[in-house]
Amino acid sequence: MNEQDLRGLIEDVRRGKLSRRGFTRAMVALGLTAPLATQMLMHSGVAVAAEKPVYKPTKRGGGGALKVLWWQGPTLLNPHFAVGTKDQDGSRLFYEPLAGWDPDGNLVPVLAAEIPTVDNGGLAEDGTSVTWKLKQGVKWHDGHPFTADDCVFNWEYVTDPATAAVTIGSYQDVKVVKVDDHTIRVEFKKPSPFWADAFVGSVGMVIPKHLYEPYKGAKSREAPANLAPVGTGPYLFVDFKPGDVVQGKLNPDYHMPNRPYFDTIEMKGGGDAVSAARAVLQTGEYDFAWNLQVEDEILKRLETSGKGRVEILPAGSIEHIQLNNTDPWTEVDGERSSIKTKHPFLTDPAVRQALNLLVDRASVQQYIYGRTGIATANYVNAPEKVVSKNTHYEFNVDKAIKLLDEAGWKPGADGVRAKNGVKLKAVYQTSINAPRQKTQAIVKQACQKAGIEVEIKSVTASVFFSSDVANLDTYPHFACDLQMYTTTMTQPDPGVFMRQFLSSEVASKANKFQGRNITRWQSEEYDKLHQASEKELDPVKRAALFIAMNDLLIKNVVVIPVVGRPSVAAAANNLHAPLSGWDNNTYALQDWYRDS
Amino acid sequence: MSRYLIRRLLIAVPSLLGISLVLFTMLALAPGDPFGELATNPAIPPSVQASLRLKFGLDDPIPVRYLHWLTAMAHGDWGFSFVSRMDVDKLILQRLPTTIGVIGASQIVALLIALPVGVYAATRPYSIFDQIASTFALMGFSLPPFFTGLVFILVFSVGLNWFPFVFRSDLSASGLAWWWEEFKQCLMPITVLATFQAATWTRFVRSAVLDVIRLDYVTTARSKGLPESGVVLKHIVRNALIPVVTLIALQLPIVFSGAIVTEQIFRVPGIGSLLISAILANDTPVIMGVTFVFACLVVLFNLMADLIYGWLDPRISYR
Amino acid sequence: MAGSTPASPTVDAAVVVVPPKTRARQVTPWTDAWRRFRRHRLAVVSSVVLLAMILAVAFGPLLWRVQINDIDFTAMLQTPSRAHPLGTDDLGQDLLARMLYGGRISLAVGLAAMAVSVVVGTLVGAVAGISRGSVDAALMWLTDLFLSLPPLPVLLLIIYLFRDTLKTLVGPELGIFVLIVAAIGAFRWMITARLVRAQFFALREKEFVEAARALGASTFRVVVRHILPNALGPVIVAGTIDVAAAIITESTLSFLGLGFPPDIPTWGRILFDAKDVLDSAPHWALFAGGAIFLTVLAINFIGDGLRDALDPRRVM
Repeated sequence: MNEQDLRGLIEDVRRGKLSRRGFTRAMVALGLTAPLATQMLMHSGVAVAAEKPVYKPTKRGGGGALKVLWWQGPTLLNPHFAVGTKDQDGSRLFYEPLAGWDPDGNLVPVLAAEIPTVDNGGLAEDGTSVTWKLKQGVKWHDGHPFTADDCVFNWEYVTDPATAAVTIGSYQDVKVVKVDDHTIRVEFKKPSPFWADAFVGSVGMVIPKHLYEPYKGAKSREAPANLAPVGTGPYLFVDFKPGDVVQGKLNPDYHMPNRPYFDTIEMKGGGDAVSAARAVLQTGEYDFAWNLQVEDEILKRLETSGKGRVEILPAGSIEHIQLNNTDPWTEVDGERSSIKTKHPFLTDPAVRQALNLLVDRASVQQYIYGRTGIATANYVNAPEKVVSKNTHYEFNVDKAIKLLDEAGWKPGADGVRAKNGVKLKAVYQTSINAPRQKTQAIVKQACQKAGIEVEIKSVTASVFFSSDVANLDTYPHFACDLQMYTTTMTQPDPGVFMRQFLSSEVASKANKFQGRNITRWQSEEYDKLHQASEKELDPVKRAALFIAMNDLLIKNVVVIPVVGRPSVAAAANNLHAPLSGWDNNTYALQDWYRDS
Repeated sequence: MSRYLIRRLLIAVPSLLGISLVLFTMLALAPGDPFGELATNPAIPPSVQASLRLKFGLDDPIPVRYLHWLTAMAHGDWGFSFVSRMDVDKLILQRLPTTIGVIGASQIVALLIALPVGVYAATRPYSIFDQIASTFALMGFSLPPFFTGLVFILVFSVGLNWFPFVFRSDLSASGLAWWWEEFKQCLMPITVLATFQAATWTRFVRSAVLDVIRLDYVTTARSKGLPESGVVLKHIVRNALIPVVTLIALQLPIVFSGAIVTEQIFRVPGIGSLLISAILANDTPVIMGVTFVFACLVVLFNLMADLIYGWLDPRISYR
Repeated sequence: MAGSTPASPTVDAAVVVVPPKTRARQVTPWTDAWRRFRRHRLAVVSSVVLLAMILAVAFGPLLWRVQINDIDFTAMLQTPSRAHPLGTDDLGQDLLARMLYGGRISLAVGLAAMAVSVVVGTLVGAVAGISRGSVDAALMWLTDLFLSLPPLPVLLLIIYLFRDTLKTLVGPELGIFVLIVAAIGAFRWMITARLVRAQFFALREKEFVEAARALGASTFRVVVRHILPNALGPVIVAGTIDVAAAIITESTLSFLGLGFPPDIPTWGRILFDAKDVLDSAPHWALFAGGAIFLTVLAINFIGDGLRDALDPRRVM
């Protein structure tokens, strides 16, 4: 798949031979994001109009109570402090961005009057700025008008390092200028291929200037509005107990007609995913449940109760196995997996290929994840014609054995292969989570058959995913041979995501293990491709560069992708809840309604 | 007696200080950090974490942080949660009524079951009643609450559809309807907790009563022709109460700290669930706040138990 | 609160605590106790059951030679059949093999952790109960401290500090075992300690203790021969509860990464894994739950038998 192939596909879309959705799916399967795919189409002049979700209610309110379950409840309601998606989801009840991402990667206006394009003059041709027109007549919940000053303030608030906002990454490289009361211009320091970051989606929620101005910077924690949000969203704030419940009631002045439908909303937290699924699908106590990391077998069984359905949306998360390029068992300068070392056997391409053949993705999908994890080598889901010929996935123990034999790894007396005194013994770690432990069991069994001894290790998630510099069990330390977890592509642009394999990003003691390159794989070729992608303004050329990077990763077995993980939710049968895998679950909360 | 009390109370202060120091050090040394989730998100620059750590004083040496905590605590400032940025005392107060209601009720129910059943079983050891009570009790603590809770949900919520299994702290009903709803949603968590607790206590009560029931003075009382109920209550139970008081004193602080597993299953927003989520998020100020109050209660109740021993058996002397 | 008859056989029977090595008399209290224990039918049956379970998990895997981690996707969640007498789990692994293998760990951990908590608890309680004053205060401070510690972070700290050290010292398997037993024991001895101490408070003022003291018995002798045997009632109950708690706790520990690797099927672990399919495949949980219950039942009745055997005022 190169630039020309991509252009060919776009041409197919133009001629109607390939649906827009089909194109988006293909791009997602290639490891790109739906928003980038849409950008490619737009740039190539293929008209993109977001499909408006069906909305039947003809008047505001009257829908009664909406009860949703977030098994990890929101712990704070300031979107700029959001620690995880749960906090963003909770904030979205009250706060809104200028635009959100729909499931096909289209931008849909929320507080913006329209989506900026080159045609309507919103986008600068040279990619140095974007101008947003704001909706008129929008009011904060306390009656203050929403204006351009609020947007400019959000930028100032977030970029003040003393505020310590987690959204700073989306705002620090731009400058936000007020053009008039209802127009702002976001100026980029250099031509930027991806412009829809600040003020868009989960990082784009706007907080009111008149309540937050005194609490910018060091005093950011003390703002009373942190705990009692005043936004522009469809619901007014009623009550908040961190980790337990968020309550809201209908906003009678909401800026979209006939919305919202429900009179009150309750977002309940706590418990576990399985029982959350049970409460929606089996007993119908709740209308909606979020992020159901539950085995599909269980979901299917619960669905047979007929009270609700499971919603599965493509998203950019990939469960993958990382291969350590450095030696985790030798300490150099007090550091294990130091970049100064080389892994004793994982640097042998034959061993890497063999491991790739020993991961039975089809079984992992079929018997563990089902609909909630689609086997992938990054390429499989795409339509026939985009499947790359040189990368595919295969489970073949015999072939793995042959590869190892040819490379000189001979089985020893204990059945474990060895070469020059190096034994194929690997420690394989992951976080504690039932599907992961089962995947480990499946991989371990296959490896055993091929003469690779695998020791399974599992670390409690709160330790594994921490950034504790002193603890060897965290994933950035990677103090073992193989490890598995899901990387989530939270941001719509793959550029940031792809930084994870840059030579300059190698995690090490020197950078307190904050480098993003965990596998410690280094490739000049990859670095150059990434460099090029940062300057490329043509989204199609850029996509081709990302695909080339992706190819490199797969060809060298830097990582072994196992399954792509869509976002999974459960909804009551009579609930209409438009969802998107590229934005928060609550991104279109105003459009939710119930069949009467 | 009062001198003993004063001395014990005076000892309690340094001993609580010692406990708080050990707690703080252990929590500070325990692996994990509150901003781990930020680290896994490639969109958040590492500098955010660094500035948060600086802002919350996490990079200071542990003794300095302890002194900060202690002086603030002495001024009534409990600190604030790293995760929700809310004041710790406020977070605890939000959860306290539910915890005391649910856990307290379950402890009372457990006691109401355990005392009569245990005493009755011990007065007729190895009778049919004793055997059945023993079997149930043993089953009660062989099966963990995560299991019994689930069985309850499957039977009463899924199967019979009698009770909800998601506990709501924001019931919209009022008046009698509110009490009815509250009763329905409390029933299962209280029962699960109470059966587990009652099972344990029944065994202890039975054993304590068995210890005294065979003593000579009981036989003497009986041979004097005193009515059986009087013998049981006045001569046996009172003397068997020492271990029971000990156990209750050990258990009562839990009314404050909650029951983590049961709260998790039924989504009861008690202090147990606050504590466990704080622990999983390494939210030290909240963990410290909850465990320190818990420690105070442990010390207090154990002290009270010591005083009650003397009242139950005047021969016990305090020196 | 027991034993107002000084120098009664009860007291002598306490020799169990210090096993009698040389006893020349024909009918020693020890043989007397053994005679009474044998008459406690349930206790004898329970001993046989417990022994059978220990033998089963020790030698069972040698007879039932199915691998514990044989994944068979064609036989997932099967109910008991000839090929799989206890059925299979959700990866089609044979549950009988897993139960037998996991039982080794569950039984060993349960019994060892109980022993640790009972021994430590009794020791602390006895010393505090007899010595009073500052020693009592110090030991009770320790008890209060342990009661206040939140187990989860402390366990994580223990793993973090000691796992690798222990692994290199005594090998991975034994290292984890020692760590688990110590960790569970560390959080369970306090109840026993406080109960024993309370019993001591009451007992040390009793006439028979005074009598023994007046006869010139050393404090050690008074404690071991006269007070302790009468304080054993609650200890035995606490011990039974500890076994159940230890087997369950072991399974939660493996979630913290402290226990055995998650692919080792201990009973608690099986019970936990089975909970999500409890309504569709109850057999998975049934056998693990049953095994834990049976163990607790057996140990409880053995405890009861022991208690009655040591007390000449039989109630049967």
